[in-house]
Amino acid sequence: MKILVPVKRAIDYNVKVRVKSDNSGVDLTNAKMAINPFCEIAVEEAVRLKEQGIAEEVVVVSIGDKACQEQIRTALALGADRGIQVDTDQALDSLQVAKLLAKVVEEESPELVILGKQSIDSDNNQTGQMLAALTGRPQGTFASKVVVEDGKVQVTREIDGGLQTVALALPAIVTTDLRLNEPRYASLPNIMKAKRKPLDVKPAADFGVELTSHVKTLKVTPPPQRKGGIKVADVAELVDKLKNEAKVIS
Amino acid sequence: MSILVFAEHDNTELKPETAKVVHAASQMGDDIHILVAGENCAAVADSAATISGVSKVLVADNGVYKHQLAENIADLVVEMAEGYSHIVAAATTTGKNFMPRVAALLDVAQISDIIGVESDDTFVRPIYAGNAIATVQSADAVKVITVRAASFDAAASEGSAEVASVDVVKDADKSEFVSESLTESERPELTAAEVVISGGRGMQNGENFALLEGIADKLGAAIGASRAAVDAGFVPNDMQVGQTGKIVAPQLYIAVGISGAIQHLAGMKDSKIIVAINKDEEAPIFQVADYGLVGDLFDVLPELEKSL
Repeated sequence: MKILVPVKRAIDYNVKVRVKSDNSGVDLTNAKMAINPFCEIAVEEAVRLKEQGIAEEVVVVSIGDKACQEQIRTALALGADRGIQVDTDQALDSLQVAKLLAKVVEEESPELVILGKQSIDSDNNQTGQMLAALTGRPQGTFASKVVVEDGKVQVTREIDGGLQTVALALPAIVTTDLRLNEPRYASLPNIMKAKRKPLDVKPAADFGVELTSHVKTLKVTPPPQRKGGIKVADVAELVDKLKNEAKVIS
Repeated sequence: MSILVFAEHDNTELKPETAKVVHAASQMGDDIHILVAGENCAAVADSAATISGVSKVLVADNGVYKHQLAENIADLVVEMAEGYSHIVAAATTTGKNFMPRVAALLDVAQISDIIGVESDDTFVRPIYAGNAIATVQSADAVKVITVRAASFDAAASEGSAEVASVDVVKDADKSEFVSESLTESERPELTAAEVVISGGRGMQNGENFALLEGIADKLGAAIGASRAAVDAGFVPNDMQVGQTGKIVAPQLYIAVGISGAIQHLAGMKDSKIIVAINKDEEAPIFQVADYGLVGDLFDVLPELEKSL
């Protein structure tokens, strides 16, 4: 089977973000960027399915300007076979991303699409589900285990009370949770090899998707700061403070 | 215009998130209907009818909705969507699962995990793991919204809405429920608890989480964990508090052996009082803690249990 893995270029998860002083957004100038951690897990899962002989080809796609080719190359170095950059410099919300991905799915007809469950910048947790809706495919979100057998994919999902397993008819959409796997590191030879793997650039405008968002960000502000607390000397003082000062225990 | 709120439940019990979502919805408009989709869920519908501000409870009771498979629930909600200006659900794993599907089928954007309502079209939500707060305005005809329950008080339960059954059966027949394994616990649910005590990597192993149990019992607290503790296999993942786990905002949050990474803080920094117990006095958790105690948790926890 063919697996399509959409990946997103996002701020590195360790970076402490700064809100711009004009409240127009978050300052990404010179910020370290990386492949979104959940997307990395999606790539790893696809590569493992290939190594198990279940998948023949892993195609990665990223939507964004030229800079996101860096993340596509990273995915290729991890073992994906070829890349597609859907070129746009517009900021898109999940629905537009899902619509563009639906077009890529139409062209590539992968039997499985594996996405991250959310990107750590917008924290939307929407794209996979929207793509499933637009392509009329079943979805297995927040996957911590994926087993492909007998024309179906069994997905164990992380839900609020524990775990749930569902069986989806292929073709299907899966989104990854953190515990699905431990992504590998790209070795230097693989990084070199990745440079020669095919990477197609397709202008987003060619897909005929309406790219204007109906949601406008009015402002972005820093979160309210907690005021600095105090250190207590021992357990007795802690319990006393919680009872008599904070009054949160009785 | 009316608002459709999706009820969070397990077929026998209505979850506390629902009353909080109704409270959030009441800031968007005033004719609130609740949709209860499940199997043999009459009791859930009855308790939904008592939530103040709800004018109607719609019950879709059918086997196809039992496990709330996203494909079937989304088709049901889309079928019911006409006439509603807002469709709202809790940002639980259920709501996060089917709501974007609803939004895409209606061809509208979704606003995820809102923590505030400014008007019927303007909402406040955290981005970048809670390190920035965005105010967004939606021009879509139908607003599809998930609500961070921890950010809203529960609506009172003095209502008596009419209950009507909905005869819509949607079976997409592309997915099926296989099994589930739920974590058994006598303690309050993490997201609803007034007090939460969480352990991190500093707990060293799963057995040591027993040190938190005595304290949790005395305080009526739920037990949570950091991602490090979950990844190390100390405790199951549904106990994880953070950007990718559960978001809690209890009266009291006690972080034990947790350093306080950005991703963990995203899940608990709106708690009223934060206590940190950590032997590393440089741990970032102390920067957000109201009360910090530098010490070895293996000494501190037994002493704390005794003194409560």
